[in-house]
Amino acid sequence: MTVVTGQRTPVRWDYAPAPESRGAASLRDRYDLFVGGAFVAPSDGTVVTTTNPATEEPLAEVGFAGPADVARAVDAARAAQPAWQALAPLERGKVLFRIARLIQERARELAVVETLDGGKPIKESRDFDVPAAAAHFFSYAGWADKLGHALGGREWRPRGVVGQIVPWNFPLLMAAWKLAPALATGNTAVLKPAETTPLTALLLAEICQEAGVPDGVVNIVPGAGDTGAALVRSGVDKVAFTGSTAVGKEIQRTLAGTGTGLTLELGGKSANIVFEDAAIDQSVEGIVNGIFFNQGHVCCAGSRLLVQESVAEEVTRKLWDRMQRLRVGDPMDKNTDVGAINSAEQLERIRALVEVGEAEGATRRSVACELPERGYWFTPTVFLDVAPASRIAVEEIFGPVVTVTTFRTVAEAIERANNSAYGLAAGVWTDTGAKAFEVAAQLRAGVVWQNTYNRFDPTAAFGGYKESGFGREGGPSGLLPYVVV
Amino acid sequence: MRRSLVAKTYKLYVGGRFARSESGRSDPATSADGAQLANVPRSSRKDVRDAVKAARAGAGAWAGATAYNRGQVLYRFAEALESRAEELARAGVAQRALDAGAARAELDAAIDTLVHYAGWTDKLAAVMGGINPVAAPYLSFSVPEPTGVVAVLAPDEPDLLGLVEAAAPALAAGNSVVAIVSRRWPLRPLDLGEIAAVSDVPAGVLNLVSGRLDELLEPLCGHRDVNALVDATGDAGVAEQVDRLAADTVKRVSRPDGAGSLTRLEALVEIKTAWHPVGT
Repeated sequence: MTVVTGQRTPVRWDYAPAPESRGAASLRDRYDLFVGGAFVAPSDGTVVTTTNPATEEPLAEVGFAGPADVARAVDAARAAQPAWQALAPLERGKVLFRIARLIQERARELAVVETLDGGKPIKESRDFDVPAAAAHFFSYAGWADKLGHALGGREWRPRGVVGQIVPWNFPLLMAAWKLAPALATGNTAVLKPAETTPLTALLLAEICQEAGVPDGVVNIVPGAGDTGAALVRSGVDKVAFTGSTAVGKEIQRTLAGTGTGLTLELGGKSANIVFEDAAIDQSVEGIVNGIFFNQGHVCCAGSRLLVQESVAEEVTRKLWDRMQRLRVGDPMDKNTDVGAINSAEQLERIRALVEVGEAEGATRRSVACELPERGYWFTPTVFLDVAPASRIAVEEIFGPVVTVTTFRTVAEAIERANNSAYGLAAGVWTDTGAKAFEVAAQLRAGVVWQNTYNRFDPTAAFGGYKESGFGREGGPSGLLPYVVV
Repeated sequence: MRRSLVAKTYKLYVGGRFARSESGRSDPATSADGAQLANVPRSSRKDVRDAVKAARAGAGAWAGATAYNRGQVLYRFAEALESRAEELARAGVAQRALDAGAARAELDAAIDTLVHYAGWTDKLAAVMGGINPVAAPYLSFSVPEPTGVVAVLAPDEPDLLGLVEAAAPALAAGNSVVAIVSRRWPLRPLDLGEIAAVSDVPAGVLNLVSGRLDELLEPLCGHRDVNALVDATGDAGVAEQVDRLAADTVKRVSRPDGAGSLTRLEALVEIKTAWHPVGT
């Protein structure tokens, strides 16, 4: 055997299709609102067909709540709240433990439905979304009877009825992030899943029924922005919103002067900073994970790559090389890395901003790959030579698009990273621990990952600085938004 | 023809297996009115050493498991105990002459104790640990870690709940346990081993030994590979002896009587402080 050095052996990675079975989930033809423990048709809402963004095929009809429906849900939550609060804390916890268990038992079905309804790769919904949702309920179940330890022994009471609005990028997981701490602390909830991804929240409603959640403690009202607006104005005691900064600001204005509790988990333009002393290959994997995980539909996506000048050529070359190996396509294929864009509207937003980037003079490179004929797709894209003030380097694209800018010194990297209206997350890549901690301390971001990216855990607080919102989810701080101390 | 009952041979639970005492000895277990119910192993020094060895072997993987995993295993333990609660409550009536309500209440409390501690595993670090704001350019943080092998001296009564209350904090904190079960009512505590065995509790993490306290105290509490002692006997004479034995290898001794769960847990962890430079 001869060993040739300096020359890369060409390897073709051919994968046979490995489709997940759609039969793992049997969807009903129609899903209604979940109010007061029962599924009920909307009274003043509409019925909308939810579709698979990878095929544009209809999946099921879903009842969307009108203002009267929202009011009915809030009433149901209001009626159920005193008894839920009065339940012994451990007993509340035991109900949440059951929810966690049932999510685990129905994991396959939930993963399939999440992928069908939202377009994310099945390996992500199977290995991340669903297990993380179960873990979140499991962890907060354990807080229910230990709140004194999280609240410094202070007197506390639940907020009461909370209105929760979750986005379409992690539908089940965001519902878990919202519901678990709210329920553990004795609140009752009205949750609005996103317009394009209502199904797993409605399966979670079935799970609540099976877990013995008392009627009215959890209410699910699918709908679009108008349903969310009705929920914000419904007189709930607290609003928790995850979504865009524009809508978050609107909610904050709407609630001004009402004394309603509010937490916002909004957009981001997170910097992923690669220093010259980083392990470059691992950094490249982290960059790819940071921006192409879930098609870049991630509020904390590492969408601004900052690379130290001395390694910029190597990093961008290896990144581009690695991007060629991403498998883009059928989300139900177990080998798929990048699935479908969640909706036609989101695809249009991504396209529009990418066109702006080209017009602004940045160098665009998009992976050339075969895409399915139907559905919404955007191939992994990197912009080089990006001016720090250009729109693609400033605005959240919420798609598989990363911008690259370079820096020379640590101070410059920190300054550039912090030069954003957002402050959700950041990545720091260096083999020098002291530098990593120093940079982490200087970054104005709620989450800083060192030599990793996109790590989440129910025990670790998540949330943003600045216009990325306020309030935290996860860990003991995730309880605070749901109690009055 | 009358069918004979197939009575259970009660055994120790050591290293995930059920074993008779290596000494070949047993003691009768009797009901409240003195009737013989069964024979239980009368463990020897060697049995104790075997149990500690098994606990040490099981300690590493249990301590190294994620807190989430440990929580799920303890919750599974609670699920398994619930599935046999009726049977064990009836046994409480038959053995200890408890009334049915009290027997069931003891089971409920034991199950809920396991659920409570299942919820502690991933919260210990948040409650007991933290960043130290040191006056120098260092990231200094302190975290709780399991102390290692914990010897539990369970109370005579309540036989089942007392064992669970004494052992669960040690397990939740990531320790492995060697417990001497109730001397007066050893049968249901030994049954608990069967439940642990089908609960994803890894072999060696919970070890249950029956026998006479005067024979077992010295080999267990004096064992050099035991890190902490939980004395739940409530016996002042035992306490003095336990404290003296502990001193030989500086074992941590706690007497949890009446203590809240955090206090019980704190007695069974070490706090480790790490320092890391910060700066460019």
